[in-house]
This record gives sequence, C-alpha cells and structure tokens, in this order.
Amino acid sequence: MLEVGLPHYLSVAAILFTLGIFGIFLNRKNVIVILMSVELMLLAVNLNLIAFSAYLNDLTGQIFALFVLTVAAAEAAIGLAIIVTYFRNKGSIAVDDIHAMKG
Amino acid sequence: MGIADLFFYLFSALTIGSAVMVISARNPVHAVLFLILAFINAAGLFLLLGAEFLAMLLIIVYVGAVAVLFLFVVMMLDVDFAELRAGYMKYFPVGATIGFIVLAELMALFGAWKLEGGISVTPKAPIPDIATLTNTEAIGRVLYTDYIFYFEAVGIILLTAMVGAIVLTFRQNDKAKRQNIADQVARTPQTSIKIKKVETGKGI
Repeated sequence: MLEVGLPHYLSVAAILFTLGIFGIFLNRKNVIVILMSVELMLLAVNLNLIAFSAYLNDLTGQIFALFVLTVAAAEAAIGLAIIVTYFRNKGSIAVDDIHAMKG
Repeated sequence: MGIADLFFYLFSALTIGSAVMVISARNPVHAVLFLILAFINAAGLFLLLGAEFLAMLLIIVYVGAVAVLFLFVVMMLDVDFAELRAGYMKYFPVGATIGFIVLAELMALFGAWKLEGGISVTPKAPIPDIATLTNTEAIGRVLYTDYIFYFEAVGIILLTAMVGAIVLTFRQNDKAKRQNIADQVARTPQTSIKIKKVETGKGI
C-alpha cells in the first residue's frame, strides 16, 4: 500500500477532480471560484494523462497533457475577459444575475 | 519506502490540501494563492513521474500567467465577495453527495485498474532513455512530427483566445489622443496657417 504506483497517482487525480466538482457546487454564485474549480479539474486530467504516460512508457500522454494545458490557458483568458466585460455592464458577477437571455 | 515515495505523499497531500482551501477560502485572493500552491505541488508530482518539461511548463504557464491573471481580475473587480458566499452551505449536501459518488466510482475504477500480463502494450512513441535524450527533446521530436497539425491547431486556438480577450475587454476611450489620418490629409494651408501683418512696436 505504501509503495507508490499508478493507482496512487490516479487516486490523487480522482480526489482533485472531485474537489473541482465539489467546488462548483459549493460556490454556485461566484464565477471566479467556479473557473478556478474548472482549472483544478483540468489539472487532475493532466495528472491522469501523465501518470498513464509514465506507466505505459508512451510519450503521447505528455503531448496531450501539453494540449490540455494550452486549451485550459485559453479558456481561463476568455472566461476572465467575459467576467470583466460582464462586470462593467452590470456591476455584478453573481451567477444568479446572469439571466438576460432567459426567455 | 524510498525518498521518492515520501515526496509523492508530501506533494499529493499539499496538492489536495490546497485544493480544499481553493474551494473553501473566504477571501478569493487567498483562493488564488492556494491555487498557485496546488499548481506548484502538482508540478512536483509531474517531476516524480518523469515529465520534467510539463512540470516546468505548469509553473511558467499556470503560476506565471493564468494564476496571476486570476489575481488581477479578483483584485480589479470591486465585488462584494461576502454576498456571493450567501447560501454557501445550502449547496453543501447535494455537492457532497455528488462528489462522494464520483469519487467512489473513480476510486473503484482506478483501484481495480491493472495491466493484464497477457496483453502487450506497444507504445506509439516510447519514452527514450533519459541518458540519451532529455524529456524536452523527446517531446519536441514527437510533437513537431506526428502531432504537428494538432500543434498548429493549438496555436490557432491561442490566437483566437488572444483576439477574443482583447476584443471583449477593449474600451473606446474618447480622452485618448489618436491619429486621424483623414483629418491630417485634408489639411490645407488656408485652414492651418494664419498670416498676420505685425506693425512695428505694437505686437499682435
């Protein structure tokens, strides 16, 4: 049990992913913390990819982790830009207030 | 239990601990700082797995750029974060239930996962010996050959994100002085020069 192997890394990634989901539920109103939770979930995915890459001796996992990293960075940039624009227009970033497109 | 195993437990405990703080911190600035700590410790885990390049990339891209971006936005927006926390505990039961179910499923899956002895896995891009080729060089050799189109697609995604972020946050400011080329070209001597006859000893 103490000898570290693939299941240990996968468990850490699973716990991180669950914390990300939990964070989204817990901070239902705060968009910024929701974005941070999404980042945590993507980090867990990266950890999974790299753990499998190391244990299967295949570089492909690391390449895909690289792609996930860049897409996550782009997502964070766009998400924060939307938050800034929304705050300028409405003066609030509460998720409850975002219902202008509701029919 | 070797030193690497000890470091695994250290890094993973710190990563998970700071992830808990990210989602539960009262002050969002603290949440961002704990996010940085989580990323740094995850980079340590990447190092233990032999992915040195990605570990350094995680620190440069996430700690250096993304987390600082979060920090800027949190500090720039004048938001009453205490108000946003209202009803925080209301969602705790449903969140805990769903989180527990997901965690139990993932743990059951990963706990049972093992490579069957009979199945031989042939890696598409085997990791070369670290003595002959560094991790960065090995990634480069695969990334710029087999995955060149994906690499370029990622570049286009980043360009789109950059253009999108600038378009979204750019604000026309009337106070800023800008060059108006049409106005400059339309200038004539009549509109720009005034000739006055100055009489001696009088001034204008």
